[in-house]
Amino acid sequence: MLRKTSKSKDGQIITDGDARELMEVEITEEKENVDYKNSPVYIYYEWCKKCGICVAFCPTKCLGRKPDGSPFVEFPEKCIHCETCDRLCPDFAITGAKR
Amino acid sequence: MANIPQKVVHKYLRHNKKFPHVWCPGCSNGTTLGSIIRAIAELNYDRDGITMVSGIGCSSRMPVYVDFNTLHTLHGRALPFATGIKMTKPEQKVIVITGDGDATAIGGNHFIHACRRNIDMTAIVLNNNIYGMTGGQYSPTTPTGDRATTSPYGNIDPVFDICELAMAAGATFVARTTAFHAIETQSIIKDALEHKGFSVVEVVSSCPVIYGRLNKKGDGPEMMKYMRDNSVPLKATEKMTPEQLEGKIVRGIFKRVEKQEYCEAYAGLVAKFQNKEEAKK
Repeated sequence: MLRKTSKSKDGQIITDGDARELMEVEITEEKENVDYKNSPVYIYYEWCKKCGICVAFCPTKCLGRKPDGSPFVEFPEKCIHCETCDRLCPDFAITGAKR
Repeated sequence: MANIPQKVVHKYLRHNKKFPHVWCPGCSNGTTLGSIIRAIAELNYDRDGITMVSGIGCSSRMPVYVDFNTLHTLHGRALPFATGIKMTKPEQKVIVITGDGDATAIGGNHFIHACRRNIDMTAIVLNNNIYGMTGGQYSPTTPTGDRATTSPYGNIDPVFDICELAMAAGATFVARTTAFHAIETQSIIKDALEHKGFSVVEVVSSCPVIYGRLNKKGDGPEMMKYMRDNSVPLKATEKMTPEQLEGKIVRGIFKRVEKQEYCEAYAGLVAKFQNKEEAKK
């Protein structure tokens, strides 16, 4: 799992282990047999405008928001592969992988 | 192109264009574009067989990003250009993307006459209730009482209903949907593309940056939630009272009839006189 969150003293979530570089490394590893269990959803941060639609409409709330507003997969095990984020994203920046 | 798993949508985008696209964060035009592309992919049309025409406006920026034959024309004049294309190349599938101001105010005359002619094309009207690109002037679909930059104390004009306008003008396929209902939009656009004749699809979309900010309707997700909570399918309206229907967006296919198509009528006319000439010889 990618996520390594820790809470600071004032309660703000620091997502250092889930930095942009780390996620992009995973995104660039595109293969025929991608391990969907680890990452059910792919996010392309260069196209993302941080509008929050994918996070707001995720039916199982498996996406979370980083301090800057961009989404990340908070609970990969919760994803039901419904592709709602894929359909609703206005920027084509998130793709849900089918099972 | 991004090194992400390529989905259907990404196959039809022009990746040499500047991405991320020009629309504001939370604008639902991108969602609608995704639905249109999915409908086209579902129908398995050839990319060279589709022509996408648009006028001026936020929504009319759409053809720039898709890999079909595209045309970006004058403000409000997308339908005349599209008519010309359809007349010269009747085998092309013509899709017209317009906004609410583009279709009903500046190109209002072209819109009603395209409906009357029943020429085989699909007009997708993205109704965001405001002129977004030019700075937030009120449009014919801005709800009465709502603010725009040219109506700072509230708009006093009554509202145009695009679907009723199209039905009265004689369009043979009229439907309304919202950008939030992406699967429904996809299926309705698929039906509209398959329909022979002039089809109008009004897609209620959101403008969180100008309309939403001026009227305190919230950001992108908030406006999408508004679409979800305040829209009713056409079937459910039968059991509802007029009081319950007030302020609701009715979605569904309102009209679907078969009528003589303009290009066919024109081809018939040409054939008729060619036969006469041959008979003379």
